[in-house]
Amino acid sequence: MNEGLGKSAALHVGLIVVLAAIQFVLPEYHQGNLARIMVLAGYAAGYNILFGYTGLLSLGHALFFAAGMYGMGLSIRLLDAAPAPALLAGLAAGAVVSLVIGVLALRTAGVAFMIVTLMFAQAGYLTILLMGAYTRGDEGFVISQAQRVMWGIDLSDPVNRYYAALILFAACLLVTLRLLRTRFGRALIAIRENEERARMLGYDVFRLKLGAVVISGTMSAASGAAYGLLFGYAGAGFASVQYSIFPLLWVLLGGAGTALGPFVGTLFMFYLIDLSSGLTTAYMLVAGVVLVLVTLFAPQGLAGELRRRAWRWLP
Amino acid sequence: MEFGPYLLLASLEGAVTAAVLALTAVGLSLVFGVMRVVNVAHGEFFMLGAVLAWWIATTVGGHPALGFAVALVVAPLIVGVLAALADMTVLKRVAYDPERTIVATIGLLYIIQQVTLMTYGPEARPVEPPFNHRLAIPWIERVEGSWQLYYPWGLSTTSYKLAVIGAAAVVLLGVWALLARTRIGLVMRATQLDRDMATAFGIPVERVYALVFGLGAALAALGAVLVVPIQQAHYLMGGDPLLLSFIVVIIGGLGSLPGTVAAAILIGLSDGIISVFFSPTLAKIIATLLVALVLVFRPQGLFGTRAA
Repeated sequence: MNEGLGKSAALHVGLIVVLAAIQFVLPEYHQGNLARIMVLAGYAAGYNILFGYTGLLSLGHALFFAAGMYGMGLSIRLLDAAPAPALLAGLAAGAVVSLVIGVLALRTAGVAFMIVTLMFAQAGYLTILLMGAYTRGDEGFVISQAQRVMWGIDLSDPVNRYYAALILFAACLLVTLRLLRTRFGRALIAIRENEERARMLGYDVFRLKLGAVVISGTMSAASGAAYGLLFGYAGAGFASVQYSIFPLLWVLLGGAGTALGPFVGTLFMFYLIDLSSGLTTAYMLVAGVVLVLVTLFAPQGLAGELRRRAWRWLP
Repeated sequence: MEFGPYLLLASLEGAVTAAVLALTAVGLSLVFGVMRVVNVAHGEFFMLGAVLAWWIATTVGGHPALGFAVALVVAPLIVGVLAALADMTVLKRVAYDPERTIVATIGLLYIIQQVTLMTYGPEARPVEPPFNHRLAIPWIERVEGSWQLYYPWGLSTTSYKLAVIGAAAVVLLGVWALLARTRIGLVMRATQLDRDMATAFGIPVERVYALVFGLGAALAALGAVLVVPIQQAHYLMGGDPLLLSFIVVIIGGLGSLPGTVAAAILIGLSDGIISVFFSPTLAKIIATLLVALVLVFRPQGLFGTRAA
């Protein structure tokens, strides 16, 4: 166990160090890509807490991502807020939305939970379109460079942006790893493995699951807010069904219930789509094929397979 | 136009929506009822039906009625076979696990949609209706103390739209007869009630599943063939039928066929009427929220008696 702890710490700290160092040698195009991947991996890590560790499959996480993005973006656009309070507004929006959705959706389970979250997210997406006067709907709005200077640091600069993305990703990874060491985190895994038994042992399953939804939703919102701020754009597309499917795809591919899986899956999928969009406009075909193949042949995902075959200590 | 004739027109348009929706939703409901899985690619089978109908109609040529008649038979058949193949190659291998099935059918959704985009292209294409007569509808009005019939301007429908409603009713009766009156229907119902017991009695459950999955997809395709002469074929047209079918199946009670038909009529008619009076986006928001809340607070649906 302790040996595993040491290895796990070395692996994750090592990943962060490598990501920090690789920035110096990457060409600008890939540097931008990797910044995007790290922010999106934060989103996937948030999704993983609910799906991978608690065993709840949501099809509506785009709602939380968008809550963060619009909570941040609209406070800048309408209230002229500074980036730091705007980010906090995004986080708060994500926490509130996930609390409300959690209280309602957790009354259902299984397939009904998936459909309910899908429906709420769809209602949220349509609401963004309906409020076009403020959100500019599908077209979205740009957050100008002047509005993206936080504490004197210009976040539109590629290097600053890269490190900001890395900080966010590291924070999400740290929260995940920390969570797994707490009683709360272990109770979540117990629910995933056998909900009835967890209930029998006296755990308040509903409150634990609600906690997982809120943490997961807030982490997703943090990534949404960061994405909007770092790349200077918020649009309704980020609230669409596709953005609820993406984290599921990344986490499944990388390995649900592994701390590293979300990053591995996001990295792999991002470059797969990036490469194939050079060949065809129908790049979502790749996403579809990967989804089917992963469900068929590697339900544990890449990191899951790694854990099964070699590194049993992988958290 | 006055309010009365206007409402009648909206109801007629709604009835056409309801007829097509009932076919699509019964397909989804059948699959859920017997197999206990949610087919997220259902809307894409609908789209595939429409696209194939266009392809068949243009290939056959001749009188529009000829091409349409061929499409009416062949398109659902092809879609049904494709769906049965997908069932045997993918769903069977994930052992019909509810959650993995949803993920796999999301994958199928993107595959079907994007392959259609690559081959058929992004254009919307019409299919000519086999017959299309404009039928003016009379309305009564009280003029100087006596009732008089007159034809308000704009109050009309087409013979084709009425035929769609009739055809849907016939097909639904056929599905009911298949389930209630034939041996294969009996086998399907037995599988639905208790899969293990059915296996013990020698029913080839996996073949039944493939058949049901194919039949469900074929019903969606049939609905699409009926609707292409009114609405054009497009590779993204599967989204709305999927969402509406979901709504219908949930409101009607998951897996209950009479409930599904009743809900399809309710949703189809109210969709026609509501979208006349409200903005369509607001109408959709209300509908999706309503469905989510029905699932949260009344999971057996408005008409259902059994828990999901």
